[in-house]
Amino acid sequence: MDGQTETEVADSKTLERRLRYERLSRYWLLGAGLFAVALFALIVLTLAHRSIPIVAEHSLIELLTSANWDPAQNEFGFLPAIVGTIYVTILSMAIGTPIAILAAIYIAEYAQGRTKVLVASFIDVLAAIPGVIFGLVGLIVVVPFVGDYLAPAFGSHSIGLGIVTVSLVMAIVVTPFIISLSVESLEALPDELRESSLGVGATKWETIRTVLLRAAGPGIFSAILLGFGRVFGATIVPAMLIGGQTAIPDSPFDAGETLPSLIVNDFGELMSIPLTQSALIFAGLMLLVIVWLFNFGAMFIRRRLQRRWQY
Amino acid sequence: MDRYTEQRLFGLLARASAALVVGVLAMVISVTLYRGGRVFLTDPAVMITPPGSRYMLDGGGGFLHAVLGSIFIVVPATAIAILLSLSTAVFLQSDYSSERTSEIINMFLNVLWGTPPIVYGVFVLTVIIAVGAQTSLFFGIIAIAIFQYPIMTRYTDEALRSVPGAVKEASYGLGSTRFETARITIRSALPGIVAGVIIGFARGIGDAATVLFTAGRSTQMPGGLFEPATTLPILIFEQAASFNAEVRAHAYAASFVLIIAVLTLIIASKLLAGKYARFAPGGRHS
Repeated sequence: MDGQTETEVADSKTLERRLRYERLSRYWLLGAGLFAVALFALIVLTLAHRSIPIVAEHSLIELLTSANWDPAQNEFGFLPAIVGTIYVTILSMAIGTPIAILAAIYIAEYAQGRTKVLVASFIDVLAAIPGVIFGLVGLIVVVPFVGDYLAPAFGSHSIGLGIVTVSLVMAIVVTPFIISLSVESLEALPDELRESSLGVGATKWETIRTVLLRAAGPGIFSAILLGFGRVFGATIVPAMLIGGQTAIPDSPFDAGETLPSLIVNDFGELMSIPLTQSALIFAGLMLLVIVWLFNFGAMFIRRRLQRRWQY
Repeated sequence: MDRYTEQRLFGLLARASAALVVGVLAMVISVTLYRGGRVFLTDPAVMITPPGSRYMLDGGGGFLHAVLGSIFIVVPATAIAILLSLSTAVFLQSDYSSERTSEIINMFLNVLWGTPPIVYGVFVLTVIIAVGAQTSLFFGIIAIAIFQYPIMTRYTDEALRSVPGAVKEASYGLGSTRFETARITIRSALPGIVAGVIIGFARGIGDAATVLFTAGRSTQMPGGLFEPATTLPILIFEQAASFNAEVRAHAYAASFVLIIAVLTLIIASKLLAGKYARFAPGGRHS
């Protein structure tokens, strides 16, 4: 009798302890889940709050359309940096996207066995190489290439640093990223698609072009959008290779400035002027909002794809 | 052009593109290894020599300060990020949250995942200005932890998702609480989680934009938690275009150290994930 009550007491104690952990874990995990939302809100609100002084002083229109950037003279025109960012984004995506998609097609549809595993994992590993390494190799290899060969070939003059240089390097940075995501959406397609297309007499390339690319289209498109977001927010490579010149570039071989590189190049020395601080935080906010739009678009498209193919 | 020529042409183009991408990436690695290795291997001691007093001018001494700074920032940051991301991922995958809540939180995580690192850097800097502090090891840790959080959550979430429902059901069937079930789920997803943590660590150690304004560009040995520090990527960024050949050489040597560290980590993580995928219940069969 006695022994039984003792176990009963011990049992109820254990149960109590287990339930206490259960309750505690509930609050902790709920907190962790909400942390993602809170972090995002905190970042947006902090940046927005700190941007108020500059937007109050100079109107939003002026900030976005003035080409004059000279914080010491109280001139804050973001247009040169915006134009530079758009230049770099469009150029590097124009170079990188076709190559990335073709390479993804090779990996998903042509490569087989060992080669496939090797090529795919090599590109996967490479997606994790730090940006500074690409910047450094850009300085060693791409800068002289652009300055000595590419610019003269186009009848232009360049010191090597500039928008084309950044675009070439960013194209290299962004391809592994687009390739991985595109391969993923191509391989997720059901094999029946390939079989029935080949079965009605299409060649392999016709199958890829008319069936697979169309079916995986939303997935690939969302990969491209995410790639846009990547290039848009890239910081270290532009800061190392763009030459740091806040004027609207006349030619793609000119030095320029992108929004992130503007933040990096101007923060150090100008932190003492409060309005400059605010202006650069405003640049960060712009980046966040635009990248957010890209990502949101990508998410929306991918969700449509999933609904269509149900995988 | 008839359809068979077209087929051959595009098959060739696809192969050529893949070869180009692989070739260019191989070039990036080999240039780094060659240029960095030439400096580093002739004098490996630069890695463990503290910098001289006029380091940025004459490159006297070595870059131990950056090596230590990287370790002191990324190790604690990874620990913080593991705690946060594991909790978030468990919350998303377990019965603590409804499907709708998980979906909304996932949306925010995706947005955070795509946020440029520079934004995190600016955010933490804003906090530093607001509290009137200076750039320091501490804020570098915070910035890197924030940067790693969405990356590691994504991998952890994926690993937990691959645990078959049977594990969870069996655990509940034996009368476990949700907390105990979560622990069992974590255990069966462990290889995937560890692989994700390693990738997060590698990304953290390679990122410069987040720590540039938060840890600082110190050229001295890290002095304490609230003293300025620097990391290897910052050192490379600052010194890669220096006019002094000696200072520049240190950037090359540092990039050699960095690329070896990152490649080792990533390859280890891939091998780990591949090796244990067979043993994990419901792991990838490919």
